[in-house]
Amino acid sequence: MNFDLSEEQRLLQDGVDRLLREELPAPRLREAFDGDAAFDATLWNRLCEQGACGLHLPEALGGAGLELLELALVAERLGYAAAPVPFWGHALAGLAIDLGGSEAQKRRWLPRLAAGDVLTSVAWAETDSRWQPEQWSLPPGPSLSGVKEFVPAGREADLLLVGLAGGELALVETADGGVAAEPVEAIDRTRRLDRVRFEAARADPLPAGAAVSSRVRDAGLVLLAADAFGGASRCLELAVDYAQTREQFGVTIAHFQAVKHQLANLAVEVEPARSLFWYAAHVFDRRPAEAPASAALAKAHLCDVFVHAARETVEVHGGFGYTWECDVQFWLKRAVFDRAVLGDPDLHRARTAELLDWGSG
Amino acid sequence: MDLGYGPEHEAFRAEVREFLESEWGRDGAPAEPERERRESEFRRKATGRGYLNRGVPRRYGGSEQTPDVLRAQIIREEFGRARAPLEVPGAGMMMVVPTLLECGAEWQKEHFIPPTVAGEYRWAQGYSEPGAGSDLASLKTRAERVGDEWTIHGQKIWTSYAREADYFFMLVRTEPDAPKHAGISYLLVPADQPGIEIQPLKQITGESQFNQVFFDGARTPADWIVGERGQGWQVSRTTLRHERGHIGGADRSLQLWNSLMRLAGRSRCGDSPALDDPRIRDLMVQVLGYLRAQEYSGFTLLTRAARGQEAGLLETTSKLQYSRIAALISKLALQLIGDSSLLAPGLQPERGDERWLNQFMGSLGMAIAGGTSNIQRNLVAERGLGLPRDAPVRGEPSAAE
Ligand SMILES: Cc1cc2nc3c(=O)[nH]c(=O)nc-3n(C[C@H](O)[C@H](O)[C@H](O)COP(=O)(O)OP(=O)(O)OC[C@H]3O[C@@H](n4cnc5c(N)ncnc54)[C@H](O)[C@@H]3O)c2cc1C
Repeated sequence: MNFDLSEEQRLLQDGVDRLLREELPAPRLREAFDGDAAFDATLWNRLCEQGACGLHLPEALGGAGLELLELALVAERLGYAAAPVPFWGHALAGLAIDLGGSEAQKRRWLPRLAAGDVLTSVAWAETDSRWQPEQWSLPPGPSLSGVKEFVPAGREADLLLVGLAGGELALVETADGGVAAEPVEAIDRTRRLDRVRFEAARADPLPAGAAVSSRVRDAGLVLLAADAFGGASRCLELAVDYAQTREQFGVTIAHFQAVKHQLANLAVEVEPARSLFWYAAHVFDRRPAEAPASAALAKAHLCDVFVHAARETVEVHGGFGYTWECDVQFWLKRAVFDRAVLGDPDLHRARTAELLDWGSG
Repeated sequence: MDLGYGPEHEAFRAEVREFLESEWGRDGAPAEPERERRESEFRRKATGRGYLNRGVPRRYGGSEQTPDVLRAQIIREEFGRARAPLEVPGAGMMMVVPTLLECGAEWQKEHFIPPTVAGEYRWAQGYSEPGAGSDLASLKTRAERVGDEWTIHGQKIWTSYAREADYFFMLVRTEPDAPKHAGISYLLVPADQPGIEIQPLKQITGESQFNQVFFDGARTPADWIVGERGQGWQVSRTTLRHERGHIGGADRSLQLWNSLMRLAGRSRCGDSPALDDPRIRDLMVQVLGYLRAQEYSGFTLLTRAARGQEAGLLETTSKLQYSRIAALISKLALQLIGDSSLLAPGLQPERGDERWLNQFMGSLGMAIAGGTSNIQRNLVAERGLGLPRDAPVRGEPSAAE
């Protein structure tokens, strides 16, 4: 029985933390949030240099040959730091190519993707929150037309992994033409979103796309759950720190039992929930039959926890918490993003019940 | 990560299963009065094999095993699956034996531990008083040395199983002039004597497991004190790193959840099975999130305990997690049983864990007994998060201490 991180996994997280401390001091994050760039390119490049973007890809193709757990551990630290990088879509597109691509597609894309020389993203969502492979409706074929919503870094991506009817997946190179991305004014300004319109764009289908898209979705859920845990744990930390500095009535507000209990309740929500994303990632790697329900449950639970944690943390910061100037807003907005992207908690709770075969079906 | 127990421990599991198969069987416990005899005989054998009473030395009737949290967990799992009895339930094994092992005099260990392990001595915990609950150290029941005896006057309340008990272990004030915490001693007291009057208290469930106990010149020998005079507070706080101590406490939550699933499986919502109802499914998955979080963090606690590492904040949250899950599950069950929740608990057809009205009310008992939820929150805040101690009331140690 070993349900804890290994020394290597801890070092992996430490390495990411160190980079984030160097490259993302508070003013840099603020700049990314208020600025016009879609993400912090310097930070992203350094993350890729450190190998964080190809952890899960085969060693022969430039990756580290690790698994979803390691990727999720990175996602957790990025959530903790509210990192303005296009990690999620990039990592998922790589996973999809690795699982469902042809040898030629893998050789062509994975080494460059692992090195960060190309930026990839996923174009999955359609109107009315249709994020799931079962709901995709764009018709497959060599020429792709239609619209995808909420594509992370859609304008900057070199390569898009597009979800098609029947759960099929195809690669579209944005430089090929027929792809028009327009920015949406997104809530989480650290992870910008675009609407992407395809007009007779050249599409290169993944041969096993339909067979793997559900598993890639599950990985996406686990990574969002991990990000949400990271964010929620940061909220708890920010709230605890602020409570120990802000003074009212002659003492720090951490002396008031109402505040202490608010923080204790938050700790009881957050701390045990880490195990949900660990578990979901672990079974994704080692017990695939358990993965779909565990991923859905982790995403549903942790995204609710994150929203709650961020709200409580704003409240603990009082009037300052309500200002644009206060950093807590980064996590409140990240929580809203994590909650909605790839389907909200209600949807994933319903899916969990279904995947566990409850009821008469 | 590896959720398996490894070959050595799996071999141990196989051995435990075989033992259970041959010594307990598949049918569970027989009915009374056969049951008690069967259980104590089984416990004797299981102790002989090193499965029960592992932290208790052989000379006191235990099996004196090297601490091994994984083996202990396997034993809990397998005994649970076979519905075989674990150690004798109650405060004796949970509190008195570990306390005596840590702080007792040699003669006390020899005299009290073996019959407690065997289930022959039953104990009740005389701590709370009408004026001293969360603020236990403000207790007033006093004991005076008269000759070679202690004479006790005062009142204890909410004392579980006092009527069934052979002995009390209690906190009393022996040093009236010492500061609050330094004036307390830990005494063992025979229950059956003229100076003690026990009145059952009717609980919110209608049952009477707890009592109030009046001490009017009750007596106990001078050397039935555990630790020195005035050290009772520290003695009562000794929590041994006893391998039986439920790590994470998810076992009980999982058991309750299984009962809830059985209930949901046979309940209906309107015309359809309850498990087809989207609202019920949503509520149940919400609970499942908390349940799995507790179960899986239990794996982490187990991993760290096996390596002798601390789990910090996570450890402090266990009781709050557990009482929340019990509350959520029993509230959901109430919804599932529908109008039969209008009937008095005694009229409910269900038995065991599925006495849902008792679970519903019992989950409140859980949030009160053994440190209320607010006291737990103080603990999480102070010990887990490092926040300042509770509003200093005249320089006392905080609740979390
Ligand atoms: C089912 C059951 C079995 C029990 N069995 C036993 C037994 O066998 N032996 C025994 O000795 N006792 C027993 N008890 C008593 C139990 O230990 C006490 O009820 C408990 O310690 C709380 O004390 P109290 O009831 O005086 O509540 P109080 O201390 O009066 O608390 C009332 C409310 O005030 C809150 N509160 C109190 N202090 C603080 C604080 N510092 N900060 C914030 N909130 C606070 C509490 O959380 C609670 O909500 C049992 C209780 C129950 C319910």
